[in-house]
Amino acid sequence: MKDWKETLLNPIFKGNPITVLVLGICSSLAVTVQLKGAFVMALSVIVVTGLSSFVVSLMRNSIPNRIRIIVQLVVVALMVILVDQVLKAYAYSISKTLSVYIGLIITNCIVMGRIEAYALGNKPLPSLLDGLANGAGYGLILVVVAFFRELLGSGTLFGFRIIPESFYGAGYMNNGLMILPPMALILLGCIIWIQRAIQKDLQEK
Amino acid sequence: MNTNSNLYTVIYSTVLVVVVAAVLAFAAMSLKPRQDENVKIETITKVLSAATQSDNTVSIGDDTDVMAMYADKITDAFYVNGNGEKVGSMNTGKDNVKNIIVASTGDLKKQNDIIKQIEAGKTGLLASLKLPVYVFDINGEKVTVIPCYGAGLWGPIWGYIAVAADGRTIDGAIFDHKSETPGLGAKITEEPFYGQFKGKSFGEGETIFAVVKGGAKGASNGVDAISGATITSQALGNTINIWAKYYAPYLKASAEKTCCCGDECETAKAEEE
Repeated sequence: MKDWKETLLNPIFKGNPITVLVLGICSSLAVTVQLKGAFVMALSVIVVTGLSSFVVSLMRNSIPNRIRIIVQLVVVALMVILVDQVLKAYAYSISKTLSVYIGLIITNCIVMGRIEAYALGNKPLPSLLDGLANGAGYGLILVVVAFFRELLGSGTLFGFRIIPESFYGAGYMNNGLMILPPMALILLGCIIWIQRAIQKDLQEK
Repeated sequence: MNTNSNLYTVIYSTVLVVVVAAVLAFAAMSLKPRQDENVKIETITKVLSAATQSDNTVSIGDDTDVMAMYADKITDAFYVNGNGEKVGSMNTGKDNVKNIIVASTGDLKKQNDIIKQIEAGKTGLLASLKLPVYVFDINGEKVTVIPCYGAGLWGPIWGYIAVAADGRTIDGAIFDHKSETPGLGAKITEEPFYGQFKGKSFGEGETIFAVVKGGAKGASNGVDAISGATITSQALGNTINIWAKYYAPYLKASAEKTCCCGDECETAKAEEE
């Protein structure tokens, strides 16, 4: 029971794929302009990492070693295309804002990394949990970054106005820099900084 | 079982690929109608919001039934060629909103390719153009919506321009893009930019319409460019200019037909006779 808890919680905080392993940076810069997009992206990645880890784990004893990576890639690509197609059918406007970044989940190192490191050597159920948890760790950072970017860059959250119009009348302006990717990288750096300040054992000697 | 043998590897990969392909084909086929529907609704929303910009009483929100509204407001939808002749009609959905046909961005792209060839000198292709035209009745006013499509900075940009009954005055416009820079070129989709078009008009001669850097300075056939997005602005100006050129014969002809009041029409009739 303790193992399961560890499998679930470690990737979200102590071993977070973005802030500790520094994987999946590209998409986290691109899709965090708005909270809604970041949220859907997070869900998509959770589904993809979870399901592909599960499927690869089911197949792990039959996969020919020489074409291991290709087989994993095919499974991941299958899940990504399925997610993309479903979004296009049922959440069209969001799928339009996320554009190519859903398709690019295929190249997200977190997915392949977890399959190689965990799913190939573990039973399906723990692999599923590991995949879901890593996706959630990624999603958590995405949502935190998107929260600040949308609030400071557009004055809204989930598209609803948070900063009242009267502020704008008094001379307040949205920070245009927040909308551009470099600011996401800086925010990400701040999150890593805070995490390392709290968890001292992450610091290199 | 030896999972490293060549035979096993080949069979394994073949089976895997076939299974994956089958799953994907099934998913794509079962979701396709819904996806096409989404794209269609999006296009209809754009066309409709361009047409209704002149009318403050109509607003289109997230929960508006755009299909029903479109079928209610539209009077005719058809294609014209570069000589201003009708070359086919589209279903307006008056009989059943499910039958509405609109030209997708893919269709616009095909027309843009033909326009490019005409621009390069192949004027014989003028008659083979199939440009979509949507005619609306907005509170008694005839509004014609014409699309435009072209290359932006990073990808295609397109838009819908509503033209009043005189064939020159712009009643409204709306634009969209695939991948212009957020915060800069992407601003063509925002109200402060497209709102400028209302009340402007297509000019005669070389420059039918322009998006000008540093201010249109009150010119009736130009609007201000977006600062920081010079290339997107210029590209949009060019796109409108070129497409308006090929719509001009139709717009002119339809304007003459509808102006049956006053001296102008009398002279036009006299000339015909």
